[in-house]
Amino acid sequence: MKKSALGSRILLEIDKPARYLGNEINAVYKDPGKIDIRFAMCFPDVYEIGMSHLGIQILYDMFNRREDTWCERVYSPWVDLDHVMREKKIPLFALESQEPVKDFDFLGITIQYEMCYTNILQILDLAGIPLHADMRGDDMPIVIGGGPCTYNPEPLAPFFDMFYIGEGEVVYDDLLDLYKEMKKQGLGRKEFLRRAALIPGIYVPSLYEVTYNEDGTIASFGPVSDDLPRVIEKQLVMDMNAVPYPEKPIIPYIKVTQDRVALEIQRGCIRGCRFCQAGMIYRPVRERDEAVLEEYARKMMEATGHEEISLCSLSTSDYSQIRELIDHLIENYGKCNVNLSLPSLRIDSFSLDVMSKVQDIKKSSLTFAPEAGSQRLRNVINKGLTKDDILGGASEAFRGGWDKVKLYFMLGLPTENDSDREDIANLADEIAALYYETVPKEKRRGKCQITVSTSFFVPKPFTPFQWASMHTVDDYLAYARTVNHRVHEVLNHKSIRYNWHQADVTVLEGVLARGDRRCSAVIEEAYAQGALYDAWTECWDYSRWEEAFRRTGVDPDFYTRRERTTDEILPWDFIDIGVSRAFLEREWKRALEEKVTPNCREKCSGCGAARFGGGICYENKN
Amino acid sequence: MKIRIKFSKTGDMRFIGHLDLMRCFQKIFRRSGIDIRFSEGLSPHMIMSFASPLGVGLTSEGEYVDIEIGVSVSSEEALKRLNSQAPEGVCFTGFTEVEPGKASKAMSLVDAADYEARVEEAALFSGEWAGKAEAFSALPSVMVDKETKSGVTRADIAPMIHTFEVRSDERGPFFFMRLASGSSANLKPELALDAFFAFTQSDVSSSDLLIHRKELYTRLPDGSFASLGSLGKTVTV
Ligand code: SF4
Repeated sequence: MKKSALGSRILLEIDKPARYLGNEINAVYKDPGKIDIRFAMCFPDVYEIGMSHLGIQILYDMFNRREDTWCERVYSPWVDLDHVMREKKIPLFALESQEPVKDFDFLGITIQYEMCYTNILQILDLAGIPLHADMRGDDMPIVIGGGPCTYNPEPLAPFFDMFYIGEGEVVYDDLLDLYKEMKKQGLGRKEFLRRAALIPGIYVPSLYEVTYNEDGTIASFGPVSDDLPRVIEKQLVMDMNAVPYPEKPIIPYIKVTQDRVALEIQRGCIRGCRFCQAGMIYRPVRERDEAVLEEYARKMMEATGHEEISLCSLSTSDYSQIRELIDHLIENYGKCNVNLSLPSLRIDSFSLDVMSKVQDIKKSSLTFAPEAGSQRLRNVINKGLTKDDILGGASEAFRGGWDKVKLYFMLGLPTENDSDREDIANLADEIAALYYETVPKEKRRGKCQITVSTSFFVPKPFTPFQWASMHTVDDYLAYARTVNHRVHEVLNHKSIRYNWHQADVTVLEGVLARGDRRCSAVIEEAYAQGALYDAWTECWDYSRWEEAFRRTGVDPDFYTRRERTTDEILPWDFIDIGVSRAFLEREWKRALEEKVTPNCREKCSGCGAARFGGGICYENKN
Repeated sequence: MKIRIKFSKTGDMRFIGHLDLMRCFQKIFRRSGIDIRFSEGLSPHMIMSFASPLGVGLTSEGEYVDIEIGVSVSSEEALKRLNSQAPEGVCFTGFTEVEPGKASKAMSLVDAADYEARVEEAALFSGEWAGKAEAFSALPSVMVDKETKSGVTRADIAPMIHTFEVRSDERGPFFFMRLASGSSANLKPELALDAFFAFTQSDVSSSDLLIHRKELYTRLPDGSFASLGSLGKTVTV
């Protein structure tokens, strides 16, 4: 029988015991006696969120293809189990073997959003691994971070032995091979870290030093010795058809956020929206062949029996073989009652036709993300969606029977003013008016429903807005009130609903996103104050963070309320994502001039990513 | 074609709740290529009806689910295919055709269930319990607090206890219970056990025992019990 780290008594006491069993179909079990490397792969959030993440599934599958490696999963214990584990001194365990993470060779943590930083400390703490990398002995796992937040790893620098900057498929094999070799030779942790630091894409923070100016900005940043790379280059996959893909994904028992076959059709985005980090760090766009995807779909459906297939990408409509792919999926799976989910699809006649085939029109809604209310501001953020696009798509959809529209916007964007904010409500009003114009009374099922949601903008590293200033909590709430006020004024206000996000989370996210090493003390103190699951409204408590800022003497305003100059050394400048700093500066300037930059398919803007030698930059150019 | 499937749920699967098990079964049916029928309408779902949800923490070898299939498949072949897709802890043991109509509504058929309850270490099973179980079964009434949808009420569970006795096999002594189960009268095994322990004034609770469901029954017109599985016939095509 399978081992159990918790035992049935605890399992029956806590919520959703299936989170901790590790007995799902397609989970991988190996004989530890025949394994050289034990790898614990962690998503520092609750099971249902972590299990939905494609990146982890890709790495899990890739590592387990190695005969010498057993990769297992670890998620954050929910708060109920957290208490039990602390009280009963049960060390954090990996799901498959149910054995303590502390005894593994590696603990890999994917860092997807800033609000999981305290959960990372919980993982280390429950595992019995010292929070600070410099306190770990040779018997402790190597703690390695990956994922989008590692494009500014500095606020987490003391907690990690190393970070992997780039897409996991590329140099992990080199890292594991090196580790195995070193283990055989009996060389210790220090030596391993030094040699690992020479592998492209691997950043070992303890081997880099920062000094600061009197005003708090960075004076210098560099390696402790000359043999180490000064710049860490992002690693990325150039041939999307050649990398492994999880053909037998694990099937969870409990309902998780993404309970479906996920087909990653491409990486990157051609659009170049100026607020979007993913659009920059995953440049250039690289597509997977449609034939390859057909094959994945077949194998994954056979291996899972899922009821739904979802296409995964930043901008589905830009995939060049989208029609063939969708036709194939509808043709082959539609008749077996398999749903097709098509997120981030541009609304036009093609997509409406597809949606009418795969969804229940009465229940589904149209989604637009104009991000800004006015054309002026959409030009600033380089969002190429015009009012005509939106109204054109909406009117066609209304004629086709839809009557629900969801609109997503951001507030607090650079150069934004009250008239831009009011235009959010005005746009919603125009869409509602269009519904009543387009759809005759006898065909309506009551009012149309326009839902407007706003989030507050957080400037991210490696975007043209990385220099921008943020606003105060009070400012943000005032912006939301302006929108809310206008929503209630417009003619069709009864058809419009407006929701906005919390503002204090935004400010913290802003500090952590563009923070430096000094912010690590704040994270540690907030965790000591009890901060955990900050991404969860029911757990979120800003007062813990306020207390942490006070105790550490770190001023959040230094990170949020300051427009940086382009000659300032930014904490993440040592990373090279391929997109040049000169391009980002140019884009920042063009943003302020309200100038639109064409997308990669219209015209190359020479961002620098062409040096990777593939993807969109070379499309139709051979 | 109406099909009744019998299965067991043991090991770690006992921590998987009923709704999650249903989802798991849908995927097993898809993977095993059984041509299961879907309901009509805009959001079709598999036609699938479980006889009686098993509480989280309990194991069982007498679970039933009724389905409807299009293309016929032999019992042997179906069981082979289903078991090749089953997770550890689920084993399909019966695949029989049932007559349409009342016989095919597993849920409404259930009248009683057999349970076994064991202590984790056989040595902890008190020698007095066998005699006390006899006395307990002979009680004319057993009043307990019973949770219902409208709150807690006092109820007499004696009429719902068909059998309550201590038996023994190679694994040691255990409680054997046949209890009323189903929509008209339903007694949870935990409740019967806790009433017994209250009667014997022992400080043991049902949560100290491993409870295992053996079988589900329907009551025939002559008053005898027939297992749900016995109502179907093996498919040979
Ligand atoms: S080099 Fe040109 S085509 Fe390539 S990603 Fe940059 S802007 Fe796009």
